[in-house]
Amino acid sequence: MSTPDAAPILVVDDVTKAFGGVRAVNGCSLTVSGGSITGLIGPNGAGKTTLFNLITGFLKPTSGRISFRGTRIDGLPPHAIFQKGIVRTFQIPRELKSMTLLENLMLVPPAQSGERIWNPWFFAWRVSRQEEAIFAKAMQVLEFVDMLHLRDEYAANLSGGQKKLLELARTLMCNPQLILLDEPGAGVNRVLMKKLVTDIERLRRELNITFFLIEHDMDLITRLCDTVIVMSEGAKLAEGSAEEVKADARVLEAYLGGQYR
Amino acid sequence: MRLPAPRRITVAQVLPGLAAAAVTAVILGISFERSGDVGAVVSFYTSFLTVAALLAIISLGLNIQWGYTGVFNFGVAAFFLVGAYTAAIVTKAPATAGFENYVGGFGEDLNVVPALATDQWFPFLVALLASATICGVLAFVLSIPTLRLREDYLAIAMIGVAELLRRITIEEHGLVNGTRALGGIPQPLSGLTSNADYKYIMLALALAALLLVFVALERGVRSPWGRVLRALREDELTTAASGKNVYAFKTQGFVLGAVIMGIGGAMFAFQSRAISPNTFTHFFATFLIWTMLIVGGSGNNRGAVLGAYVVWGFWQATQLIQTYDLPSVIALRISFIRDLTLGALIVIVLLLMPRGLLPEERRVSIWAERQVRRLRRPPRDGPDAPAAPAAADEAA
Ligand SMILES: Nc1ncnc2c1ncn2[C@@H]1O[C@H](COP(=O)(O)OP(=O)(O)OP(=O)(O)O)[C@@H](O)[C@H]1O
Ligand SMILES: [Mg+2]
Repeated sequence: MSTPDAAPILVVDDVTKAFGGVRAVNGCSLTVSGGSITGLIGPNGAGKTTLFNLITGFLKPTSGRISFRGTRIDGLPPHAIFQKGIVRTFQIPRELKSMTLLENLMLVPPAQSGERIWNPWFFAWRVSRQEEAIFAKAMQVLEFVDMLHLRDEYAANLSGGQKKLLELARTLMCNPQLILLDEPGAGVNRVLMKKLVTDIERLRRELNITFFLIEHDMDLITRLCDTVIVMSEGAKLAEGSAEEVKADARVLEAYLGGQYR
Repeated sequence: MRLPAPRRITVAQVLPGLAAAAVTAVILGISFERSGDVGAVVSFYTSFLTVAALLAIISLGLNIQWGYTGVFNFGVAAFFLVGAYTAAIVTKAPATAGFENYVGGFGEDLNVVPALATDQWFPFLVALLASATICGVLAFVLSIPTLRLREDYLAIAMIGVAELLRRITIEEHGLVNGTRALGGIPQPLSGLTSNADYKYIMLALALAALLLVFVALERGVRSPWGRVLRALREDELTTAASGKNVYAFKTQGFVLGAVIMGIGGAMFAFQSRAISPNTFTHFFATFLIWTMLIVGGSGNNRGAVLGAYVVWGFWQATQLIQTYDLPSVIALRISFIRDLTLGALIVIVLLLMPRGLLPEERRVSIWAERQVRRLRRPPRDGPDAPAAPAAADEAA
């Protein structure tokens, strides 16, 4: 396991998100080190997904600060946060149903000249050249997630696990610095999952991408993560290596309490 | 709702052609049967085709908004009306007679270089530009509050806007002559032929405008720009998570659609020569256009055009029926019956072929596909060239 940079890439500082009376995230503070693979675990309803939504701009914090590489990002719209190099997946896949897999992926790369309407109208060659590159990239990513044969299939027709893979594939279409994965393993078969673990490690090693992932599968967490953060009732409860966290009595109590109290 | 039909040779593949042929046959048939004169039939069909082409432009505008961007504009009439009235008051001469009251009237001022016969074309270009611009600005202003609303609220807001604008044209007497209508709208290139033959020029102009709009839109929607619009239609959150500025693109789709409706409205004013607030009722200027798009196939520009032709044909055929001696039970109620048949048509199409006569294609962005085809061209080095990657492509 490579040693992560000491410098935090993401800092969540005393963030609270209230939905009416419910504080889904409640004074949560945590940091993610650059180049690390950090796990986020916690009982159902602990506020993990809500925290991801806050980081990626889909929700605005009620209070608190979130910074990425030293600059505040809370309050920015999702696309602005994407442009800073943070991409995310959704826990419940949100594929573009009546678009093919290929187009689902080709949508993602940032700064496409063809997204300005006058370029396809008047400067077709520019668009053409860029599309060629994006197409090649999409094919690569499709091969990576083992769905090349589904290139021209509508995303609506994928299986549940394939839709999760498409979520992951989307994050690979750009060159992010931080990838937030919301339960990437749920519904994906073991063999493929093993390959994905290897690939995530390789991406981290080769491209120095930082991963922050929510996962309920402790095997996966143990195998993959340098650091594990435990959330409970909207706040950080514990942090450490997978072994440390598993041995922590408070964590056990949170899980049992959270589910059986 | 948008799920694909399984691939086999079906009625669906011949139906688009069949529908167009049927409509043409009925229109030509009835008009020949009534007049018995080929000249009259040609003349009638020419005007029919002209209006169909202009309504197709508006239907294409709606297709950008609804078919691609997913913006539920139920106030097409707003842009149709603004486009038509703008063109009329730009090209007309100033109001002189006591019974005519309207603003503008720049037609004669715009005859800038009489030696180049500018009176024949320049004011009309200016009018088209003005209609497009004003509709674009109107759409932009409307987009600020409405595009942040949920889809169904947006539809309701747009119904309100369309009705409001129509009321203004009626109540503001000095604006566009109210219910007395705005007549004598000049026509482009009218000096080229006699009055009787002018309709052929108008048809050519309408088809040219339609072609231009069609080509521009096809380029637009088959590009990465169109890809973002379709993504928005499918899921705004995913589009935002892919780094796209949702409101910016939604606004672009809405505004471009409105600009095109403005152009269609302007051409419609030139064709009709007279427009009144009653032209732009919800029924004609919104519902009919929606019917065209849904029957033709939303999310497909060719569908939008085909739908305009078929539905306009259907609508005109029900009008032609009135020339027959109908039993008074029907004759008295014919206009309601016509409305009813149009409603029935839309229901039948939605039930039998919810994606329209020409559904959206599977591969919409074509730029990349074009590259693939180029790469796939067989290598000239000989039979031993590696075939595996190409085979993988074909299998997909
Ligand atoms: N939009 C919302 N409105 C109201 N309450 C919400 C909303 N989103 C989340 N919550 C509440 O916030 C709490 C935390 O939800 P969250 O989805 O963050 O949990 P989680 O840790 O991701 O759980 P899981 O492991 O089951 O995915 C839950 O009690 C949920 O009901
Ligand atoms: Mg969750």
